[in-house]
Amino acid sequence: MSTWVLLTITGLGLGAMYFLIASGLSLIYGLMGVLNFAHGAFLTVGAYASWWAQGKLDGIGSIPLRFLLAALVGLAVGALIAVLTELVLIRPLYQRHIEQVLVTVGLGLALTALVAGIWTQTQQVYLTPTWLTETTSVFGAQIPNDRFVEIGAAVAVLLGLLAFFRYTRYGLIVRAGVENRAMVMALGIDVRKAFTLVFAMGGVAAALAGILSGVYFGGIDPARGTHLLIYAFIVVVIGGLGSILGSAAAAVIVGLMQQYANYYASSGIGDIAVILLLAVVLLVRPGGLSGREVAH
Amino acid sequence: MRAWSGRILSVAVPLAVFGFLALVPTFSVDIPRLFDGPLDTPGTLQILALCLLFGGVAMSYDLLFGYTGLLSFGHALYFAIGVYLTAIGLTKWEWSLPKTLLVVAAVGLVAPLVLGAVSLRVGGIAFAMVTLAFAQAGTVLVAKNPDGLTGAEEGVFLNVDPLPEFFIGVFNMKNLYWLTLGYAIVVFVVVRWAVASSPGRVWQAVRENELRVEVLGLRPFSHKLMAFVLASFLATAGGVVYAILIGGATPEVASANFTLSLLIMVVLGGAGMRWGALLGGILYTYLDQRLPALASSEQVQDLPRVFRTPLSEPLFVLGVLFILLVFFLPGGIAGIGRRGRRRGLRALEEAVKPGGARGGVVDEAEAGA
Repeated sequence: MSTWVLLTITGLGLGAMYFLIASGLSLIYGLMGVLNFAHGAFLTVGAYASWWAQGKLDGIGSIPLRFLLAALVGLAVGALIAVLTELVLIRPLYQRHIEQVLVTVGLGLALTALVAGIWTQTQQVYLTPTWLTETTSVFGAQIPNDRFVEIGAAVAVLLGLLAFFRYTRYGLIVRAGVENRAMVMALGIDVRKAFTLVFAMGGVAAALAGILSGVYFGGIDPARGTHLLIYAFIVVVIGGLGSILGSAAAAVIVGLMQQYANYYASSGIGDIAVILLLAVVLLVRPGGLSGREVAH
Repeated sequence: MRAWSGRILSVAVPLAVFGFLALVPTFSVDIPRLFDGPLDTPGTLQILALCLLFGGVAMSYDLLFGYTGLLSFGHALYFAIGVYLTAIGLTKWEWSLPKTLLVVAAVGLVAPLVLGAVSLRVGGIAFAMVTLAFAQAGTVLVAKNPDGLTGAEEGVFLNVDPLPEFFIGVFNMKNLYWLTLGYAIVVFVVVRWAVASSPGRVWQAVRENELRVEVLGLRPFSHKLMAFVLASFLATAGGVVYAILIGGATPEVASANFTLSLLIMVVLGGAGMRWGALLGGILYTYLDQRLPALASSEQVQDLPRVFRTPLSEPLFVLGVLFILLVFFLPGGIAGIGRRGRRRGLRALEEAVKPGGARGGVVDEAEAGA
């Protein structure tokens, strides 16, 4: 029982990170038709920026405060790099989807290699407040506290996104843009601002996932982003391209399945099981769980 | 007259090019800066052989990407099947060479048939993500090292005993070079023949406008699957040659980065063009092999750290080069001097456009097919 609880909450923590990556990917794809291969690199860069800031902020005595400030730096860098990518690389190639995908592929490779060049391939240890590494007892299971932070962050982002779409004008424009971009533009609304905004939100979410992964895995290495990105892709396809709720549901399923199978079967089986799940979903529902076609 | 001279050229040019390449190991010429030793030394020949090999694999990828408009991110899987199955069959299971080749050929046909049939149920970008996921299964399997077969990070050292003697050892590098040249020629000929055949014309039509192909009463699904299986099989064959050339298997060949480098090779050379992929594969591999040497040269080492660090990472240089290429030379090297605007990548636009001919999702009619 206690093992099961631990696996479940850990699986949800993993799923939370997948969701943070997948939500950005899914939004960017839904609105702009761009599959952002550099998304994993945003994650890596954001996480490294936070780690770098942790080292620079050593004047601050309180570790939790230092961690939080460094996390803010990471999120800001994540937003910045995403906005720059949109403005410099994606915007000039507007409506040329194949070139946009290729450019993000190149950027993803280059950024990851650059990070590896500056800080080597070895894992850098994260400075984490002790509370995060302590455990809390839930139904007899000792759960590391960081799992709750990951789940909480993902839920907050999900609710925040839903509220943003429901109650704000820009949210309305993004939603309308996902449904029918041509019509929104025909109504005289500048969708390009929404593009930059969506990229920035995706960048922040990716950086958040990166920082949380630093806590979850105890450190950060250059390949982290690419590795998580592949599972985020699986989540996006299972959830249905362009659907935030679909991504959330798929992230929970994928995270749990991976944890259970890795523990009860054998390590590595969980990763394969998730890929098999993807195949089954494609055979039964090619449009993913949400099953709707992305408008254009 | 024009048609005749065109036909003669299309035979004469490849004959001349490959004939020249076949003679390379007999030249004892030293090309300073480009290579460390004369052309007929094993070190230089191995770099050239790798260039030709990846040129061949890039051509097989171009069949998918450039000619059929299928943006696959999982081509590495089929190459890795060839590499690992050869290494494991000969070394761990102690099979004879013919038996190994037969098994590799069978797996090299069945695996893409099954995986292709599943992944082709979605189109465009979703196809890219699904193929990436399937290839990830290969990466996981290699890293997991079941029964000690794949050797995880260390890979497999090839047991060379079952191989014919003229392929063994550094002094036979000449023969290995000819083996890879033979592979490149076979892929070139097969791709040219396939692209000109009647299914090949349907592939190109699918790339241009899938819906129209369907309206004409042809079945895009089975044609795409055909292209997928052929391209994957050629990649598997390349994997066999790689295992023999390198003398084993390493996990890099199963990584997602390997597929991405194939993509870069094809775009670098010019997607969907006669010499594009081969040129791109050769140039990329050469740069990939030689950039570390460049980075450790004195000129680079004397630079300030801001320049030295990025230049020491081949993937950084290649990634940036790739971005510049997409912006300024989308037709690739083979597209230089071509009239008309940017044929190469523009022809592929339809393939990934959300809701173009066929967006992210397959409709019911095809799902039932």
